[in-house]
Amino acid sequence: MLSYLLRLADDNLVLAQRLSALIARMPELEEDIAIANIGLDHLGQARNFYSYASQFDALGRDEDQFAMLRSEREFVNAVLVEQPDVDFAHTVVRQFFVDAYQVPLYEVLAASTDETLAGMAAKALKEARYHLEYSSGWVIRLGDGTSESHERCQTAVDTLWPFTADLFAGETSDAELIAQGVAADPAVLRPQFDRTISAVLAEAQLRCPSDPYQRLGGRTGFHTEHLGHLLPEMQSVYRAHPGATW
Amino acid sequence: MTVTDATSTDPSAVGQARFDELLADGRKVEPRDWMPDEYRKTMIRQIAQHAHSEVIGQQPEGNWITRAPSLKRKSILMAKVQDEAGHGLYLYSAAETLGVSRDELNEMLHSGRQKYSSIFNYPTLSWSDMGAVGWLVDGAAITNQVMLTRTSYGPYARAMIKICKEESFHQRQGFEIMLTMVNGTAEQKAMAQDSLNRWWWPALAMFGPPDADSTHTTQSIAWGIKLETNDQLRQKFVDMTVPQAEYLGLTVPDPDLRWNDETGHYEFGAIDWDDFWAVVKGDGPCNRERIAHKVKAWEDGAWVREAGRAHAE
Repeated sequence: MLSYLLRLADDNLVLAQRLSALIARMPELEEDIAIANIGLDHLGQARNFYSYASQFDALGRDEDQFAMLRSEREFVNAVLVEQPDVDFAHTVVRQFFVDAYQVPLYEVLAASTDETLAGMAAKALKEARYHLEYSSGWVIRLGDGTSESHERCQTAVDTLWPFTADLFAGETSDAELIAQGVAADPAVLRPQFDRTISAVLAEAQLRCPSDPYQRLGGRTGFHTEHLGHLLPEMQSVYRAHPGATW
Repeated sequence: MTVTDATSTDPSAVGQARFDELLADGRKVEPRDWMPDEYRKTMIRQIAQHAHSEVIGQQPEGNWITRAPSLKRKSILMAKVQDEAGHGLYLYSAAETLGVSRDELNEMLHSGRQKYSSIFNYPTLSWSDMGAVGWLVDGAAITNQVMLTRTSYGPYARAMIKICKEESFHQRQGFEIMLTMVNGTAEQKAMAQDSLNRWWWPALAMFGPPDADSTHTTQSIAWGIKLETNDQLRQKFVDMTVPQAEYLGLTVPDPDLRWNDETGHYEFGAIDWDDFWAVVKGDGPCNRERIAHKVKAWEDGAWVREAGRAHAE
């Protein structure tokens, strides 16, 4: 259960960290506000999952210890969320892939036999639905905008697609949680994810990626090199003052 | 009387009379009311400067979001910086009621023809600056803004009511960061003192030049835009903040600071106005970076805005 909750939490924290770095860098003030909003939602979800994970942790770590004291090899987020913000298209497409995954994920988890998890997922589901509306709206606008925006959006789709399968990667220990109705079966989530992707890309007049290559490994701490830059920045103040209260 | 006849046939004189009457009755001037050109210009300049300050003000605090030392602090800081963007939006809308577009205002910010508060031209160099900025900078801003909730231009006054509520939350969270730091390790306490040392004088300068040298104050007070002078507001801020610094166990970096029993106010040392004017004129520690950052974000986003327009057509 600890491992499952940490995967949920890490996906959200790493994405929140990416989004938080974009504030005051967006194309319009409205987008600054939206991206902060979405980042805050992911951060809130991460905090909920960490707090719950704490109860299953033999070391009794709290949310900050999970976030600030684990290394790159101990983070178990999907590699997609750590990918950098090359341009607005990459930000929006990464968000869209995450949202297309999280909506069915939280739908299933909202009915989890674990009531705490179900409650957290039900709240997160409302947020994820709003995020999907926002991100798919932008994918469509960019795909169907100018030739430049179309090209940039297609590049982002093609670049980020190979990191999507990692979202669904599980662990052998998940089987039991799935059987108990606690965790979501990735096989159940995948068809809805695929439907969302094809529908939105079609409306955006973008090509569905055909490259079969997929980069896995995030769930076991085998990350892309980007995470090793994101974490030290996030953890720097906390680690410089061991034991301090903030 | 002939004078009355003359004014009643001149539309601007009728407008002026009604405008004077609104101000005399303490009622608000609304977008459709006639107003003197200079009042309109002053109002645009002031609201735009305020909006730009909110927008540029995202940068010094945004600088620490990715490094916030706890998830709770990260969350509060993100929400605060988001509020600032929201304030920028309301204020641009208020300015638009005076017949100027957001794009024009943006362009005037980028080209340096309109200013933002000079306080944002100082760098944030440690986490405790997030405390000091909230406590002192937002504290000074609120002192000014509480007055502006009663300013004569209706849309501005109403925007300020909403903004003040959020700002007072920002000020409290800043003070709370400071309180946590001074009760923490020796290093944290030293950081907090260093932040106060660096932010105290710039915060006092936020109220603008002394009344004797302020070119706009008299007219702004006559028009009900300002209800108190720069020096009055500055004094109010000092009187409110010095006891807070004492409560924190921090030393205000002013050897001349002392309580005056007779006046019931603190006396404080001379502000370095040469430094203030240097920062206003563009030679502060971060002026160039702040504008360069803003312009880059705007230019990087050009293709996105264009795509949005193309899709809408």
